[in-house]
Amino acid sequence: MTPAMAPSPFRFWTRLTLTRLTGRRAADLAEFLEHLRTVPASVIFHHTHHFLVQHQHLSPEPPNDLAFWVTNVLQEDRLGERLAAIDTVQFPSLEDLRDRVVGVIDEYLETRQELRTAPPGEEFHFMDAISFTLPTGHQARTLAEFARELRQVTYGAIAYHLFESRLRVGSDDNDFSRWLERDLSEPELAAGVRKLDPYTYTMEGLRQRLLGLIELRLGTTAPRA
Amino acid sequence: MTAGLDAYAPFVGRATIEELRLLGERLRGRRVQHINSTAVGGGVAEILNRLVPLLLELGINTRWDVIRGGDEFYAVTKAIHNALHGQPVTLSEHDVAVYRETTEQNLRTLALSDDIVFIHDPQPAGLIAGRAPGSHWIWRCHIDLSAPVPSVWEFLRPTVERYDAAVFSAPQFSRTLPIDQVLIAPSIDPLADKNRELDARTIESIVTSLGLDPGRPLVTQVSRFDRLKDPLGVIEAYRLAKKYNDCQLLLVGGSATDDPEGQAVLTECRDRAADDRDIHVVELPPTANIEINAVQRASTVLVQKSLREGFGLTVAEALWKAKPVIAGAVGGIPLQITHKYSGVLTHTIEGTAYWIKQLLNAPDFARHLGENGREHVRHNFLLTRHLRDYMLLFLYLGHLGQSVITLD
Repeated sequence: MTPAMAPSPFRFWTRLTLTRLTGRRAADLAEFLEHLRTVPASVIFHHTHHFLVQHQHLSPEPPNDLAFWVTNVLQEDRLGERLAAIDTVQFPSLEDLRDRVVGVIDEYLETRQELRTAPPGEEFHFMDAISFTLPTGHQARTLAEFARELRQVTYGAIAYHLFESRLRVGSDDNDFSRWLERDLSEPELAAGVRKLDPYTYTMEGLRQRLLGLIELRLGTTAPRA
Repeated sequence: MTAGLDAYAPFVGRATIEELRLLGERLRGRRVQHINSTAVGGGVAEILNRLVPLLLELGINTRWDVIRGGDEFYAVTKAIHNALHGQPVTLSEHDVAVYRETTEQNLRTLALSDDIVFIHDPQPAGLIAGRAPGSHWIWRCHIDLSAPVPSVWEFLRPTVERYDAAVFSAPQFSRTLPIDQVLIAPSIDPLADKNRELDARTIESIVTSLGLDPGRPLVTQVSRFDRLKDPLGVIEAYRLAKKYNDCQLLLVGGSATDDPEGQAVLTECRDRAADDRDIHVVELPPTANIEINAVQRASTVLVQKSLREGFGLTVAEALWKAKPVIAGAVGGIPLQITHKYSGVLTHTIEGTAYWIKQLLNAPDFARHLGENGREHVRHNFLLTRHLRDYMLLFLYLGHLGQSVITLD
């Protein structure tokens, strides 16, 4: 059996991030909420995603800066847990994700009379992500080539195709699933990738999980000797 | 001969080096001029010594110039430095005149025609007056600006506002400014003598030569003898822990002969340690990089109990050696340590003592912290990340204000 050849190759891009300081800071939940309502969406992206690459060896905990600060600095464990549990993967846009974060905090504040204040020096600093995307030169036309290249690319490349292209560039699907389904006629594999919750893996764990799915598929399509 | 970019691949992976080359291709031929106030000594010169050759290797036409100034100028800039760090210092009219006059002299002698001019710290900041049309200027602040003396900051602020972007090492150092501010942490070089791998024999020989017992637990703080590093607090914390745990304490730092206050702190430490032969207060020359490396590797626990800190790169150095670190939650330290994941953050002497005991008694947990710490440094505080961020900043100058930038 000849391996399926995609009409157009999958070109791996990567994304690199420069952190822009906004000068905004919050010492309690009221200030935190106020800023969350008004910061650019790219700030929401930064605080819900940079942990994945920057602290990738620590995932699945802590999941995002917002939950981490609320839990560990303000010691509002109940709210921290709810923020950590926000299912980022289900939100089609950063504005939807922002609405959910704001909604969870709003709801919590309705029941709180007194606000805890962060100790001096441990305020929350809002930061922005400036994303640079660029082609890496890695590309694949077959599933085997795709697996080979996936082993070599950086975490930034995996993050770009799984998170960034969907939330920041506005695609309706992750890039891997779209190519697998449209160009390689692998709808089941595409669905398997789509079904992953990438926020619950380390970046290396995510790479291995993707490779595992592909190898399983290759095992069933590989020509017999 | 210094190591080239490929020498870093074993630490960060081949793909990361490839990414650096991809960025370099997009900046090829661009002329970048770094300007600071000293060619030797200090963290800025140390990092430029490594970064400039790597930027050149990547095809970026990089040069590094140093401003010239007399003793009076450097006394003024030292005062500015201290005031920006929050010490109660004011500038006289004469001080301002000295600063401006030296800036004028340097404007007459330095060629400022490069595409990007990268100014480090306040000393050369005034050179922005010589900006060529079409060039981009960056001000890199290595100082903790979280609580500057207002009058001194107000003196500097109008100058900083003329730049295209300012770079800070920690988010709390940023100010309200009408220009872009970015976060670029400093870094350590895994190939430098202070950080490279050492064999067990070298480590043991150095530790023994310092009078330490390599067979017993060792708690160490590596820092200048400076009150803001709280060495006396470390001695107190050690004494509290020592009631329950056998251990030695090493306070080791650079020579303090040219710093009267440092000399006084060193004497106080020695006095405080006099009745305990397990406390070792050691002064080493600034070139003793391998010795510092060895004692960090030989330590069971490393402490950085700073009360105020710029970035605190000794923390990254310790984490890179996969050591459990207990550090004050100040300056850039919280960027390097996530409490109970990649180290321990403390606020008090008692808290430091508590964690010394915990880590001495729970070696598996201590090892786990150290391993997480090393990975955190690998991804965030090695020289290659620093190089990447500088190149991204250079590229950003062509896209000011944008959040998603496509580099086809």
